[in-house]
Amino acid sequence: MAEAKPADAHGADGETRRDFIFIAAGSVAAVGATATAWPFIDQMNPAADTRALAVTEVDLSAIEVGQQVKAIWQGKPVFVRHRTAAEIAAAQRDDYASLKDPEKDADRIKQADGEPGKAEWLILQANCTHLGCVPLPSFDPAYKGQFGGWFCPCHGSDFDTSGRIRGGPAPINLRVAPFVYLNDTTIRIG
Amino acid sequence: MLRAFSIAAFAAIAAVGVAFAANEGEHPENHPFSFDSPVGGYDMGAVQRGFQVYNQVCANCHALEHLAYRHLGEEGGPFAAYMVRNHETGAEEMTTTKPEHGGRFVDVTDNPYVRAIAEAATITDIDAATGQPTDRPGRISDYFRRPFPNDIAARASNGGASPPDLSVIVSARHGGADYVRSLLMGFTGETRGAQHVNRYFPGGLISMAPPLVDDAVSYEDGSPTTVAQYATDVATFLQWAADPHMEQRKRTGVIVLAFLLVLSALLYLAYKQVWRGESH
Amino acid sequence: MSGHSTYEPKSGFTRWLDKRLPIVRLTHDSFVAYPTPRNLNYWWTFGAILSLCLVVQIVTGIVLAMHYVPHVDHAFDSVQRIKRDVPFGWLIQPIHAVGASMFFLAVYIHMFRGLYYGSYKAPREVLWILGCLIYALMVATGFLGYTLPWGQMSFWGATVITSILGAIPFVGEPIQTWIAGGAAIDQPTLNRFFSLHYLLPFVIAGVVVLHIWALHEVGQNNPAGIEVKSKADTVPFTPHATMKDLFATSIFLILFAVFVFYMPDALGHADNYIRANPVQTPPEIVPEWYLLPFYAILRAFDFNIGPIDSRTAGVIAMFASIGVLFVLPWLDTSSVRSMRYRPAARQFFLIFVVVSCVLGWCGGQSPGRVLTQAGDYSGTVRWAEGGQLIEQPIAAASEAEYPAASRAAVSAMRERTEMLLANNSPEGGVLRAVIGGTPRSLEVRADTREELDEKMSEAKRGAFSQGAPFILVDKNIPFEFTVTRLSQLMTAYYFFFFLVLLPLLGLIEKPNRVPDTIAKPVTGQAQGAS
Repeated sequence: MAEAKPADAHGADGETRRDFIFIAAGSVAAVGATATAWPFIDQMNPAADTRALAVTEVDLSAIEVGQQVKAIWQGKPVFVRHRTAAEIAAAQRDDYASLKDPEKDADRIKQADGEPGKAEWLILQANCTHLGCVPLPSFDPAYKGQFGGWFCPCHGSDFDTSGRIRGGPAPINLRVAPFVYLNDTTIRIG
Repeated sequence: MLRAFSIAAFAAIAAVGVAFAANEGEHPENHPFSFDSPVGGYDMGAVQRGFQVYNQVCANCHALEHLAYRHLGEEGGPFAAYMVRNHETGAEEMTTTKPEHGGRFVDVTDNPYVRAIAEAATITDIDAATGQPTDRPGRISDYFRRPFPNDIAARASNGGASPPDLSVIVSARHGGADYVRSLLMGFTGETRGAQHVNRYFPGGLISMAPPLVDDAVSYEDGSPTTVAQYATDVATFLQWAADPHMEQRKRTGVIVLAFLLVLSALLYLAYKQVWRGESH
Repeated sequence: MSGHSTYEPKSGFTRWLDKRLPIVRLTHDSFVAYPTPRNLNYWWTFGAILSLCLVVQIVTGIVLAMHYVPHVDHAFDSVQRIKRDVPFGWLIQPIHAVGASMFFLAVYIHMFRGLYYGSYKAPREVLWILGCLIYALMVATGFLGYTLPWGQMSFWGATVITSILGAIPFVGEPIQTWIAGGAAIDQPTLNRFFSLHYLLPFVIAGVVVLHIWALHEVGQNNPAGIEVKSKADTVPFTPHATMKDLFATSIFLILFAVFVFYMPDALGHADNYIRANPVQTPPEIVPEWYLLPFYAILRAFDFNIGPIDSRTAGVIAMFASIGVLFVLPWLDTSSVRSMRYRPAARQFFLIFVVVSCVLGWCGGQSPGRVLTQAGDYSGTVRWAEGGQLIEQPIAAASEAEYPAASRAAVSAMRERTEMLLANNSPEGGVLRAVIGGTPRSLEVRADTREELDEKMSEAKRGAFSQGAPFILVDKNIPFEFTVTRLSQLMTAYYFFFFLVLLPLLGLIEKPNRVPDTIAKPVTGQAQGAS
């Protein structure tokens, strides 16, 4: 373009100025477009009302020894298991070092605020860490596990009485749900 | 620029708006609310007091069905809590007054003020064990307690006139917060049968008895306990209830408009540059 | 201008792609090398602005559809949830709502531009008709979308508009039921309106493609209204038109943003913040501002035209006011495109723009509102104070003789009374009179009819309280010029402009001299200046 206008004495300067304007306008527009994209992406994240349902309270007094209930937390099931003395003893055996995901039972009953938990209550997120099915507990007639905890019917992951993975494809232990004791018979999950 | 724009556009809208206001009650008194200007935010003290008045007076008949207790403590809400470091003691203290700078927003699940407000309410729920209706203390995720189980009950308890929901009442009435405030102050004391004379209400007769009297609600912050003050505070609270994201929206607007002005200037220069030497 | 393609693929990949899918070539020829008349002004930037509006509405609409619930019990709540709880819902919802208004603002400017510069004339008839089709689809989409928030205006607007269809002779009512999916606007209506509101924008996008295709086939019109004759008349679309469009779009976005961030509700109606209530109609039903002119035309017909009742006439006129646009290319007989060179037509066009705006204003007013009257509202209340009340029948032998007997009785009585009331009827009459009282009268003046009525009844109460047995009332209502009358005048001009002025002006007016080429006035002038 500059060569088309020999009369333009500031040809080179003009070109620099022109490039600067184009680059500046282009960059500002690009920043704007990027910033505009964010609200349209973020809107698919959980809404405030969904996030507010992140807390569930469970009354422990109604759960018999050796039983469990499935509480719903954030739309997903949570095992609240009242362990028997035998199950606690099995869980507390010091044989976890060789496991796929070694973890002490005492660490798995801890409250969310770091306070120690109670050995008879195990609070676990109920979705198998393999692909998300809900494992069957040992007292279920369909239970096929070897370790007295849970057995996942989908792909055969086998969990012990502390919810640790001992056989099958699951890569890590069942996750502990974050909970605190509000009093002796009530916990709050979330 | 921004002001001029909105004022110009406002003038155009106002001309149309006036037409709709025909056949209605007296034009509401114009009160200088803090949120009136294009950059004005909420007077959170007034919103807090207004909530108190709503909770103690209005809530006996009027629902606020789109609001949950958690909304009070979300960012931009009247009871949003912040951890602020006390410069003298060095300890972190919780406050519901938004600090000028610094301060850490406390997630609403950990907000003790909102939790206390929610727990003070009695919510009817279904008992998880029996499946029967049961009362329990509110949680922050609960929506505001409704004074009546349904519209028919509301109607039956109020002589045939259902008290309207107040969540968006400010948006749903011409005159907005000014109207709400004027209406609450507009009772003359006269009655016609079961109805009360109120010059700001379309038709002049309203089924609602004057809800506010001096000293009905006690304020902790020393604000006057007069009907005028209550009415102003409730109107402010209801404006917040109808438009809780207003402050965020106005703040974003400043950035967006500044950005667009810069972009327009640059595009203008680019346009001039492109057309240099081209006659048109 | 479809001509020889100037696209030359540079890299190996683009050469490979060009042989298989010449999409880059198409884009290059349509939006880069495409020759654009060099004299286009800012009114020509609204095509680009409208494209942006469509994209904004589709993108925000898809987002809102992710959160909106098309159910009569949840629709209103779900919109509130979007505005309160969905991340950035407080921003995206107003963009969509305000965006509809901005879309219509831009389309009206675009249409007026087309009217002024004769962009509908041969060979651009199909281009124009496709544009009219897009506009009609926009109206339909806007109406469907306004129903979705399920507020009072949503519900009653839908009720009124479907009733308009019910006015179509013979088939109207079955069609109305078919559209609503029941006897009234209810869940089936909301559900299908949501479906169609989601569908129509994509139909619009399809017609827009045809619109642009047609545009590129015949070439852009321009302010001079003369065809491109040589390369000297044009500049390449990119960067020249592109940059101008971008700048104008950016300015348009400023207006858009002012509404979104500072007056999100200014263009809506307060009643739509009240949940739909099928048993209570709001005091006034008005459509969104962009449909007000047509609403005014609909309501202008408060009289029957021969066998056509007023409702049907209004509906026909309303549809005709849009329909007339479709045949406009064949109504305008002038061989000169641009009104720049048609001084007479230009005056009438400017009046037409004002008329359209006034119609819009009328549509938002209460139809009975008195704008001006030919004099004061006044009245006189007359009565007699004290005296004695007497009554006397008017005797006549036959019906034919009655008027004469009545006149005689009245004049005989008038001699001796202060106050006289003749109660005439075909069966016979009664004279009531007060003898010996003091005549009193009270005149009142008022600014409005209501005020007059109020003052008159007050005066009457006063007279009765002073023991007047009867009163005589004389009310003087001047000629009232109401919104309806104004709408009728404006509607008449609207059709007069299209059906009479444009065909006639083309035949009789003397246009100014039109330049030979686009380049001549522009470049010629520029050379002289430099």
